[in-house]
Amino acid sequence: MAKMTALICRECGKEYPTEALHVCELCFGPLEVKYRYEDIKGRMSKASIQDGPMSLWRYKDLLPIEGHPAVGLHAGMTPLVHAKNLGAFLGLDELYVKNDCVNHPTLSFKDRVVAVALTRARELGYETAACASTGNLANSVAAHAAQAGMQCYVFIPSDLEAAKVLGNLIFRPKVVEVEGTYDDVNRLCSEIAGERRWAFVNVNIRPYYAEGSKTLAFEVAEQLGWRAPDQVVVPMASGSLLTKIWKGLHELCLVGLLRSVRTKVNGAQAEGCSPIATAFKNGRDFFKPVKPSTIAKSLAIGNPADGYYALKTATESGGSMESVTDDEIKEGITLLARTEGIFAETAGGVTVGVLQKLVKRGLIKKHDVTVAYITGNGLKTQEAVVDSVGRPFRIPPSLAKFEHTFGRQGAA
Amino acid sequence: MTKLRFHIRFPEEKIPEPVVYHIGHDYRVVTSIRRADVRETTGWMDIELSGDVEEIERAIDGLRQQGISVDPIELNVVE
Repeated sequence: MAKMTALICRECGKEYPTEALHVCELCFGPLEVKYRYEDIKGRMSKASIQDGPMSLWRYKDLLPIEGHPAVGLHAGMTPLVHAKNLGAFLGLDELYVKNDCVNHPTLSFKDRVVAVALTRARELGYETAACASTGNLANSVAAHAAQAGMQCYVFIPSDLEAAKVLGNLIFRPKVVEVEGTYDDVNRLCSEIAGERRWAFVNVNIRPYYAEGSKTLAFEVAEQLGWRAPDQVVVPMASGSLLTKIWKGLHELCLVGLLRSVRTKVNGAQAEGCSPIATAFKNGRDFFKPVKPSTIAKSLAIGNPADGYYALKTATESGGSMESVTDDEIKEGITLLARTEGIFAETAGGVTVGVLQKLVKRGLIKKHDVTVAYITGNGLKTQEAVVDSVGRPFRIPPSLAKFEHTFGRQGAA
Repeated sequence: MTKLRFHIRFPEEKIPEPVVYHIGHDYRVVTSIRRADVRETTGWMDIELSGDVEEIERAIDGLRQQGISVDPIELNVVE
């Protein structure tokens, strides 16, 4: 019997077949995947998971595919690092960093969602993958499409930095630079997604795509020895990731792999694009869209599709939300690098900066088992910290000059 | 006849105005509201506009000129 029973509207509950649909025809609410948990419980166990592949596909019973994984076979199962140095700095005994900087193949958490989206797209008969993106998503779709032998269209704003364009072109997709404002680009991409029979991963395939984020919850629970953390800190762009981590933890309860979940889910945004965190801090259950202005480009979504649901999740879980300035983001990146040897992109700086604020506010406590989600690699956003990392020591090729600079024991 | 779905958001000063009435009155466009939340200081609507594409485009331009934001029903698809 199929484990997916339907796509269900998150607003009115109307059910649809498990096809490439994403909006309820009745109320225009978003659709998500509904599973038959009782059946999954019967066939999913800790042992079956541990016997599975060292990738996110070890949890395929809780992922929205019908057959075997076909795309992105090596995504996921990234390290959960016990961050003892950063923990000592912040006064936390049990701080862990979920390090998706080293996700395969394009070094960001998007490899999870795209692996699931394109595997499902293949099942639904699609031969062309597409997305609209300014960074990590485009990289991941282009790379996975290349590996899967799919046609690929990537839509980008015409003012995107050259390095980011190159990062896409290397995989040989058709990269389309769209002229106009962000709103113009956004609307055109939505219309194209409606017109073409393409797997537009974050539009018509979105209900399946978003489910890939749950694996960040599954892996953490398994890597902690099958327990849910007390606290998680999650960067927010659309807000989807935060809601899916919460959903993933609860699904592990539903299938009997966790006894209970008391995790406080905390959201992190950059001050220059913080519609969700601002609404939370003001006690509102709705957000006001903003025009992004931040170095954290991968989180710069001013009108987030899952903002309402993210607010609901943080509130329900007893978590909180915070935002950080661009300077605090840079400090967060360098703090993580010098304490744990992990070079995160700007979204990681947001997570670390917000983690620090939540500790200072007393919302995360010394003995809490805390997981900070680091979702992308710093090599992709080096320009953000170019003025924050200092300069090399320059010396002539002389031992005497070296010792004059560093002393005889090598300390500067 | 084309049908397009939008998320429309009003600034505070537009809350008392009959915006949907004006879409149907000023343009040859039929409106169908599916969900909405209008409060004292903000408001949004998920709405379907039916008509010729050119007329729907004119209606959208008209709304934007009044400071009303008009986005695809999916909100931000560029990520």
